[in-house]
Amino acid sequence: MELELKGITKRFGSLVANDRIDLSVSPGQVHALLGENGAGKTTLMNVLYGLLQPDEGEILIDGKSVQFNSPKDAIAAGIGMVHQHFMLVPVFTVAENVTLGMEETRPSGLLDRRKARRDVRELSRRYGLAVDPDALVENLPVGIQQRGEIIKALVREASVLILDEPTAVLTPAETDDLFRIIGQLKAAGTSIVFISHKLKEVQAIADTITVLRRGATVGEKPPSATEDELAAMMVGRSVQLTVSKEAARPGDVVLDVEDLTVADETGRVWVNGMSFQVRGGEILGLAGVQGNGQTELTEALLGLRPIASGHVRLNGRDLTHSTPRQRLHAGVAYIPEDRQEDGLVSAFSVADNMILDNYDRPPFSSGINLDLGAIASNAAERVQEFDVRTQSADTPVGMLSGGNQQKVILARELGREHKLLVASQPTRGLDVGSIEFVHRRIVRQRDHGVAVLIVSSELDEIYALADRIAVMYEGRITGVRPPSVPVEELGLLMAGSEVHGAAQAQAPAAEQAGAGESS
Amino acid sequence: MSEQVPPGPPESPASGGPATATKQEVKSEAGRRSFGSILRESILEGNSVTVIFLAIFTAIVIGGLLNAFTNTTVLHAWGNLFSAPGAAIAKAWDTAIGAYVALFEGSIFNPHTVAALFQQASFSTAIHDGYLGAVFNPLSETCVQATPLLLAGLAVALPYQAGMFNIGAQSQFIGGAILATYLGYGVSLPPVVHLIACVLGGFVGGAALGWVVGELKARTGAHEVITTIMLNYIMVYLLSFLLGNVMQRPGRTDLISPFIAGDAHLPHLFGSTLRINAGFLVALACAFGVWWLLYRTTPGFEFRAIGKNPSAARVAGMNVERSWVLVMLIAGGLAGLAASAVIQGTESSLNFQSYGTYGFDAITVALLGLGRPLGVVLAALLFGAFHAGAPLMQAQTSTPVDIVGVLEALIVLFVAAPPLVRAIYRLRAARAAGVAGLSGRGLA
Repeated sequence: MELELKGITKRFGSLVANDRIDLSVSPGQVHALLGENGAGKTTLMNVLYGLLQPDEGEILIDGKSVQFNSPKDAIAAGIGMVHQHFMLVPVFTVAENVTLGMEETRPSGLLDRRKARRDVRELSRRYGLAVDPDALVENLPVGIQQRGEIIKALVREASVLILDEPTAVLTPAETDDLFRIIGQLKAAGTSIVFISHKLKEVQAIADTITVLRRGATVGEKPPSATEDELAAMMVGRSVQLTVSKEAARPGDVVLDVEDLTVADETGRVWVNGMSFQVRGGEILGLAGVQGNGQTELTEALLGLRPIASGHVRLNGRDLTHSTPRQRLHAGVAYIPEDRQEDGLVSAFSVADNMILDNYDRPPFSSGINLDLGAIASNAAERVQEFDVRTQSADTPVGMLSGGNQQKVILARELGREHKLLVASQPTRGLDVGSIEFVHRRIVRQRDHGVAVLIVSSELDEIYALADRIAVMYEGRITGVRPPSVPVEELGLLMAGSEVHGAAQAQAPAAEQAGAGESS
Repeated sequence: MSEQVPPGPPESPASGGPATATKQEVKSEAGRRSFGSILRESILEGNSVTVIFLAIFTAIVIGGLLNAFTNTTVLHAWGNLFSAPGAAIAKAWDTAIGAYVALFEGSIFNPHTVAALFQQASFSTAIHDGYLGAVFNPLSETCVQATPLLLAGLAVALPYQAGMFNIGAQSQFIGGAILATYLGYGVSLPPVVHLIACVLGGFVGGAALGWVVGELKARTGAHEVITTIMLNYIMVYLLSFLLGNVMQRPGRTDLISPFIAGDAHLPHLFGSTLRINAGFLVALACAFGVWWLLYRTTPGFEFRAIGKNPSAARVAGMNVERSWVLVMLIAGGLAGLAASAVIQGTESSLNFQSYGTYGFDAITVALLGLGRPLGVVLAALLFGAFHAGAPLMQAQTSTPVDIVGVLEALIVLFVAAPPLVRAIYRLRAARAAGVAGLSGRGLA
């Protein structure tokens, strides 16, 4: 099936989300749509999937103009979509989810479950998806859930499959699996529209790359285009993709974590006797697949989760049982994993968010009186310094883009006096330009002698920033390596296959810190 | 976190809405934008304030229709529609307008009283015979009726700002009433001290009940909606029990307390002919105090942050549990003060129905006031006016007082459903999510 979009324009009020976009996808081709957040990729795909109606332009299938008034029309025409946020019912099985909306019944009027299961098994086998039709969706890892979504589209005989930021939720290994599946689908003649803002992935998988910026097509490139070239097209200026940093000059131990054990309310142990140190002036990157206790570790470091046993010390001061506020005052700066949920009050103004954990200290308050003047001037200063793009400091922070929200958090945390910076997934969901900014600021803090702990599931980020890399697996550190470590070795550590490395990690890694100057 | 299916303009996510309204107070304080520009924006964008005025207007229109079409004479006139079509419509119009005119005369200003004033021989006799008082009596009554509504409304609005829904203004009111009344008749103290002790007693009695709710939530996670409702029952029956036993007025068999001492009464502001008393000033001071607390102090900053996003508040080092307790304590105290205002201002004694419907009117007042102190003041005055004018309306036009309850309910209904109001008046749905958030979130 030959799919073509011609001159698609979509406006929301005064905002032009798509401006005369052309796109054509041939059978068996992977067409990547590359662009920053807000460039109009998802809007375009929603137009194609019938969720939105274009104001101008047309959709052609095999040269014939079609109109999609709802996803139903699009599905009937052979278009399938895997949304970024899965549309699955968690308490249903894969097979039930697949049939949802097109349930087939037996003559008796009962649901034909057997056929649904057979379909899933059949597709699963044909494309090597390894999905159990009877598994409950809520019990499956995200990677498998995503395959459930793909099966859902394939059962509906999709010949064009739209994947919206499919790798955002996947581990590196799951991403590799997804790429293998895409390859098989492609070989079977299915066309894929692959939406992403990650350059490496797009280069790895695409046959053609269309770059969008601010709702308009910037150009079409072959995958052989260089990363710098693509990034520049995306952002509209040349971007420095690698963080330039000097060798670390580690000082004294700032954060000392000793034999730390953290369990959740149900008693499940997430952090199991972990020990590590971070020195002033160095960045320790904590790599690992999501869900291996990283979230619990950072929460325990911040005092948001009780510590079952072990010690946390900051500059020799025991903080094991301190409250979050005491830790913040002791000099911990924190960039939480989920900025919307834990980092910001989205209904509050930019100015108020800039003092969210600082409002109770001078100059922002004296006694219980808030000093509105000091709050406003602080906001003005920080907005300037961190280049926060906002209409004004009174704008609710929820109206800012993800990158600018993250800048607000950075401005607040780095503006406070601190000795330790704990940054959890600091660039998740950010576009290239913002990632560059965040990384530069983090390195600058290191150069000022701050101890930095980066927790990230993105290996690119770990490699870009870390002076030492520790790998976390099932609540333990499976190994500490210098940044020159090959990715294969990290992959093994992340899969926990080198557990004997844990013993090594227990020892203070000072000498490794010394070795940690390269690339 | 990247692009979502945009249901509307992507630059206005729903979460961004509520703050625009909240922030306007602060904005105008800072003087960055003129009052005119804020007003213009709010009207152009169909902002919550516009929605509220239109909600009130719509409710009045519907109330008028209801009134006109439930009136027997009007119905009779409709029966003769074909013989005298004009009469039916005129009759309906007269009935609806007549009721509202009476409501206005009973609550704000009655021209007949002015006419009577000027018929007097001299100004001094007019004052002496109470003719001047009669002119201001409607306004005085409005303020008297508004006082407990305002205080109890604040008792709902403050927790709302901290993300809690206080259904327990009734139990807190009763708690305050019991203590204030007991101190009023059971203790003798020097004049001014006695008054202050009773008012404080009202606050403490309510605050104790609020503290229980806050403490239960902080320690056990018990939801305040459940605990406040249960406490309402407990306090209603405790009140009946006390009034039948230890607090019963000697020589009475019904449930009523002794009269409080004369020096425990809140002083009248403009002489004894007008019932308006110092309770009204206390209420206004409390509204200002709540505003100051919320928008000018660090605990208020915490309350609002916790109300909007408790997990971010926790990460920022705020003590969420302590704030819950503190908020409920203050809220309970405010509801207790409402009881003080009723007992010490007008009633002089406590009976088993003294709590009336204040606890639930408080919720409607807080909703109509958008959970903000100034809004609560205005909403309380509006409902106070309804309550004050209703008796005259019934007397003059034989419109049942219940129509006032219908009016209040309709207003809150429309305020709770801004899209409905916007649809009726074809306003642009812009950043008016504040009201929707108010109605939806507290209950969630």
